[in-house]
Amino acid sequence: MQIDWTNFTPWSAALGGVAIGLAAGIMILLLGRIAGVSGIVAGLLPPAKGDVSWRVAFILGLVVSAALWRLAGAARAPVFDIGYGATILAGLLVGFGARLGGGCTSGHGVCGLSRLSPRSLAATLAFMTSGVLTVFALRHILG
Amino acid sequence: MMKSTIAAFAIGLLFGLGLCVSGMILPSKVKGFLDIAGNWDPSLAFVMGGAIGVGLIAFRFARGSPRALLGEAMRLPTNDRIDAPLLIGSSIFGIGWGLAGVCPGPAIVDLAFLDPQIVVFILAMLAGMALERTARGLFGGAR
Repeated sequence: MQIDWTNFTPWSAALGGVAIGLAAGIMILLLGRIAGVSGIVAGLLPPAKGDVSWRVAFILGLVVSAALWRLAGAARAPVFDIGYGATILAGLLVGFGARLGGGCTSGHGVCGLSRLSPRSLAATLAFMTSGVLTVFALRHILG
Repeated sequence: MMKSTIAAFAIGLLFGLGLCVSGMILPSKVKGFLDIAGNWDPSLAFVMGGAIGVGLIAFRFARGSPRALLGEAMRLPTNDRIDAPLLIGSSIFGIGWGLAGVCPGPAIVDLAFLDPQIVVFILAMLAGMALERTARGLFGGAR
């Protein structure tokens, strides 16, 4: 194993992580809801009466955050290193898998592990493993 | 209702800023973390560490609260089964995550960069979610 010291950013990573944990913590304490992004989005498909505004507001907050981040001038734009066909496949897998598995990186990875849930630990180990294997296949077998 | 909506927006903002600061919104950063066999960037482990460190405290308080502070029910997950849909779904999710380098939260945040490829990813993700719902209906599974 070789560490990529040039891209390793422990401080900004931990600071960002604390903000994410604070957001998830405020969400459960104020609203009694899990800050799981795939679940919050899927709850709008289709929208259920009386259960729309908080979901839309949260999603808007996510988008506005990056707009502010761009205004602050700190932003590096995200760049995909795959084509459009692979992007569509990846989106389908992410959406389908997150719903079948009942959560994604935020719901299982952040909130579930913070609750010390064995179910979320199993989910997190499963998607970390398949994510690692996928990148391994892309970069070291196919690449 | 109004209070919850405003709170959800602010929470989304904080959550999104955390994703921006941490580097999670960059597919290259995520793939660098998943590439443990190559030039490994361990930063995202620090994101998880920061988030869960704060989350542990918040969810400990949440467990002892009958209601959320804004008056709504405390909706902590009750399903603790580690079953096939959890493991298969999470593994499928991880393949898409490794392929694209974004999961649902960062993908939504990345919309602010107005890159058509991110829009395509989100549309495919929504289609994947709808597909999962349809499949669940066909095979009679209830959530």
